[in-house]
Amino acid sequence: MAQITLKNLAHSYLAHPRSEADYALKEMDHVWQDGGAYALLGSSGCGKTTLLNIISGLLTPSHGRVLFGDRDVTAAPTAERNIAQVFQFPVVYDTMTVRDNLAFPLKNRGKDAAYIKARVDQIARMIGMEARLDRKAQGLTADAKQKISLGRGMVREDVNAILFDEPLTVIDPHMKWELRTQLKQLHRQFGHTMIYVTHDQTEALTFAQKVVVMYEGRVVQMGTPEELFEKPAHTFVGYFIGSPGMNFLDAEVRGDRALLPGGEVVALGAHYAPAAGRVQIGIRPEHATLVAGGGLPLTIRRIEDVGRHRLVRGEVTGLPLNVVMPEGMPVDGLPQVAFAPDKINVYADDWRVAPEREGAA
Amino acid sequence: MEKTQNNRAWLLVLPVLVVVAFSAVIPLMTVVNYSVNDTFGNNAFFWAGLEWFDEMVHSRRLHEALGRQALFSAIILAIEVPLGIFVALNMPKKGFWSSLVLVLMALPLLIPFNVVGTIWQIFGRTDIGLLGHTLKALGLDYNYTNDPLDAWITVIVMDVWHWTSLVALLCYAGLQSIPQAYYQAARIDQASRWAVFRHIELPKMKGVLLIAVLLRFMDSFMIYTEPFVVTGGGPGNSTTFLSIDLVKMAVGQFDLGPAAAFSIMYFLVILLVSWVFYTVMTNIDRSQSDIPEAM
Repeated sequence: MAQITLKNLAHSYLAHPRSEADYALKEMDHVWQDGGAYALLGSSGCGKTTLLNIISGLLTPSHGRVLFGDRDVTAAPTAERNIAQVFQFPVVYDTMTVRDNLAFPLKNRGKDAAYIKARVDQIARMIGMEARLDRKAQGLTADAKQKISLGRGMVREDVNAILFDEPLTVIDPHMKWELRTQLKQLHRQFGHTMIYVTHDQTEALTFAQKVVVMYEGRVVQMGTPEELFEKPAHTFVGYFIGSPGMNFLDAEVRGDRALLPGGEVVALGAHYAPAAGRVQIGIRPEHATLVAGGGLPLTIRRIEDVGRHRLVRGEVTGLPLNVVMPEGMPVDGLPQVAFAPDKINVYADDWRVAPEREGAA
Repeated sequence: MEKTQNNRAWLLVLPVLVVVAFSAVIPLMTVVNYSVNDTFGNNAFFWAGLEWFDEMVHSRRLHEALGRQALFSAIILAIEVPLGIFVALNMPKKGFWSSLVLVLMALPLLIPFNVVGTIWQIFGRTDIGLLGHTLKALGLDYNYTNDPLDAWITVIVMDVWHWTSLVALLCYAGLQSIPQAYYQAARIDQASRWAVFRHIELPKMKGVLLIAVLLRFMDSFMIYTEPFVVTGGGPGNSTTFLSIDLVKMAVGQFDLGPAAAFSIMYFLVILLVSWVFYTVMTNIDRSQSDIPEAM
C-alpha cells in the first residue's frame, strides 16, 4: 500500500500537442493518501478514465510523473505496480469456472493452493457467488459477471490500490446499493486505497471520503462531500453536485453586497475584494427560501413534487432559479425569494473567490 | 388467439421455390436419376437400382482417392489453422501497416484457381521455375512430375500459400472484436502471453475459427483446379483427389451412372464431416455452462 503522488502530470493522446485543448488531461499536482477512499467524479469524456489508466499503468502519461510512495512508477508496467482494476463492462474469462476466474490473479502470482482456496471462498461469500463457484463463467448474466470482475479485483490483499472504472454501470439498482456497501465495508476492513470513477454523484458521495471532481481534463476540486456541497470551487462543481444544481446569478460584488442587473441587492455573508471577469453569485436551491417580502421578486414557472420536498422552478430578473421547499412549507402567496447570506458563494470566471474576511461588515 | 389463414403466403414463397428448384433440386435429382440408371446416351435409361452404389462402395479406386483426399484435408487443416491464427496474432492492429498487410493478405484469395495452379506449375519447374531451379541448384532432387512426395509437397505448399490468408483474415476479424478491457484486465491480473491466448483470444475466436475450419475443410475436400493444373493427378494416381477422379470418370470415361453414385456419396461425406466439425466445435466448453442461471 502506498501514497500515490501525481507530479506535473498531463496527458495528450496526440503525438505533438500544440494547445491546451489537445490535452485529455491538463497538468495537475495531487497527492492521494494511502488508504483513502476516493471518488473520481465528472461527466463523460472529462478524463477520468485516462487518469485511472495512468495510475494503473495501462497508459503512460506524456508529461509528468507518478509516484507510489517514494518510488517513481511512471514507466513501470502494470504488473510491477501491483494494482487491481475493475472495468466498466464485465471482463471474465469465459472458459474458466467462476472459481478459476477469482483465483486467476493469485495463481499468476504463484500463491500456494491453500491460501488461494481460502481467499477465493471468502471473496465468493462476499459477492454471493458461493453456490456457483464451479460452473463456467460463460452464460452468466451481466451483473453476475461484473460481480466476478469485482471479486477478481479484490481477491489480492497486498495491492497498492484498487481502481474502479464505473463498475456498477451494468448492475441492477438494488444490487448497486448492496455492492457499494460491500465495497465500503471492504475498505474499512482492509484499508486499501480505493479510487472509484463514476459520473453518478450519489455513488461518489456515498462511497468516498474525498471526491475528486474533474471537468474538461482538469481536477477542479478535491474535497469531502460536504465541502463540495457547501463551497464548490468551480461553477461546474456547483452545477454537477446536487439535484438540482446550484443557482448562479450574474452580479456585481461590492464588499458584502451583490448587485443584480435589475438593481436588486443581495446581502453576502462575507466581505469580498473586487473581482475581475464575469462575476456570479451561487446559491444552493436548498439554501433559498420563499418569503412574503424582503427578498427578490420570483416568477414561479413550475412546482414539482418530488416526495420529501417540493421543487420550485422560477425566474429572478429573467434568470432561471430553483428553490427547494421542505415538505409542509407553504408555497402559495410567497412572491419573493430570499437567500441564506452565509451560504452564498462568489465566482469570478467560474472559479470561486475566497472572501477577504468572514462575516458581514 | 385465432391463427390467421392466408393462402396468399404461398404466392410469396413461390419465387424462392422456383429459384431453389432450378438451382438445387432439379440438378440434384438429375444426378439421382443418373445414379440409379444405366444410359448410353440418346436419353435411353435402363433401371440399375443400387448397382452403381454397390460398385462404388467397393471400388478400390474410390477408396484410394478418398484416402488421399482425407489425408490432404487433414494436412491442410493441420497447417493452415494454426498458421492462420499465428499470422493473425502478429498482424498490426491499426494504422497504415494494418491496411497494407490486409491488402497483401487478401491478394492470394483474389487470384483465380487455375491461375494459382499455373503459377505454381511454372514456379516448380526445374528448368525455368524459380523454386524448382533453386532447389535443383542447391543439390536437392526435386521434381514434382516424377516424384509423388514432391508432387504432394508442391500441392500442399500451394494450398497453404493460397488459403492461409483466409484463415488469418477471419481470425484477425475475431481478434479485432475483442474489447481492449480484456487485455487490460489480463495485464492487471498478470496473465502470461499464453494465458491471454488460451483464455481470452482463443475463446473469442471460436466462432470465426469454426467458419474457417468448415470452409477450409469443404474447399480442400472438393479441391480440383489447382492440383489438376499442376500435376494432372499424377505422377501415377498419387495426387488424384476425389474431384479429379470424379471428372475423369464422368467426362473422360463417360461412366455417368457410377459417377453420379460417386457424387452423391461424395456430397454425403462432406455433409457428414462438416456436421461433425460443427457439432464438436460448438459443444466444446459448453458442457458446464448449460446449467441454467438461477437469478
